[in-house]
Amino acid sequence: MDALAVDTSVLTEYLLHLGDNALVLAQRNCQWCGVGPVLEEDLALANQSLDLIGQARLLYQEVARLQGGDATEDTYAYWRDAHQFRNYVLLELPASLPRVGYAQGDMDWGVTLARNFLYSALMVPLWEALQASAHAPLAAIAAKSLKEARYHLRHASEWVVRLGDGTDESHARMQAAFDHLMPYTQEFWTSSDFERAAVQAGVGVDVAALRAPWQATVEATLAEATLRVPSDQGHVPQGKLGVHSEHLSYLLGELQVVARAHPGAQW
Amino acid sequence: MAPPTNALPPVDDALLARVHAALAELTDPEIPVVTLADMGIVRAVRAAADDPTCVEVVITPTYSGCPAMAQIEDDVRATLQRLGVRARVTTQLAPPWTTDWMTEQARAKLRAYGIAPPGRCADTPTAGEQVLRFVPRAPAPVPCPRCGSMRTREVSRFGSTACKALWQCLDCHEPFDHFKPH
Repeated sequence: MDALAVDTSVLTEYLLHLGDNALVLAQRNCQWCGVGPVLEEDLALANQSLDLIGQARLLYQEVARLQGGDATEDTYAYWRDAHQFRNYVLLELPASLPRVGYAQGDMDWGVTLARNFLYSALMVPLWEALQASAHAPLAAIAAKSLKEARYHLRHASEWVVRLGDGTDESHARMQAAFDHLMPYTQEFWTSSDFERAAVQAGVGVDVAALRAPWQATVEATLAEATLRVPSDQGHVPQGKLGVHSEHLSYLLGELQVVARAHPGAQW
Repeated sequence: MAPPTNALPPVDDALLARVHAALAELTDPEIPVVTLADMGIVRAVRAAADDPTCVEVVITPTYSGCPAMAQIEDDVRATLQRLGVRARVTTQLAPPWTTDWMTEQARAKLRAYGIAPPGRCADTPTAGEQVLRFVPRAPAPVPCPRCGSMRTREVSRFGSTACKALWQCLDCHEPFDHFKPH
């Protein structure tokens, strides 16, 4: 399964991209733990974050195995800085409407669920396709993650419809959430060098080919939610290349502080 | 210290049976009424392909992020160590774990414990199928594990652990956990 005509560095970047997506969104959604709107939804988001952390761990473990030496999954989660993360910018944004720098905003349930919806609507067909990856460990991770992504998509799309087709207030806020987030989805479709190389080697999936099914899912669900599909223009996405918003380093600061304050600690 | 490998006899059926019997005692850390074998977590106990003197225990994770997995692996290792056999634990992802691997015995134990066991996954959507209609197809009814009533409702799709959803019986009014088909 290692006899692949693919550079380890390409495979590594591709796996890190998938793992970083999962880890960053998990950390973002964990912020609802203890402050969710109702207990059941608090649990729902915590459970989904657990799934995503599990996916990130499997991917990081595989990277560590490929790299050999002293690398472990923790190397990638705790000891890389923002510019080394390959996640979509969409996933690192705060759970609130746009704000700048230190400005504080209330966490917004609509933004959280709109983001989960846009992301899992991509991940369901992506994991589906990755089950055929030429890199057997990635195919196995995809088959596991797919089952979880389907649950996440169902949860998020139900909320999109409930809030979009709800009161005037919930409708307006859900629409504002999509207006805010949609431009960041452009990043799904602009492929990077490592993605192109991974596709060529049969390891990765050409995400551009998933655009039509993604669009269909988004249009059908937003129509059901009586929401307008907003324009995705107005953002230059480079998260996959390590160019992130100012929000990622704050997020990582929180995620990494214990590991960095007590390197190698055991309990 | 373990003696050199070449001094050990190859793994035989009697040894595998001993390991099997010892592992059969191990229970799920979060649902202590079912064993790891019942759950389909222990996939194989065999002689390692690359070392016939070493027992290989193959386990598979349930949910990617299930926090019980580390405990399960530790429990298996500790049991093997207690037996004093030369062994290793391998985690295997493919094919992915499904609740369809749970034994009938496990389902009965779950029910007795107050957890509605999972239905079959046969209706899991296949590639390309639309899964997210809001007006849902009626989910398969889940009988109340206490009174057997079929009049039940889903309270929350996510429950106390990753593998469970929260339901309520409309006849006896008791809330109960449902082990989700996965």
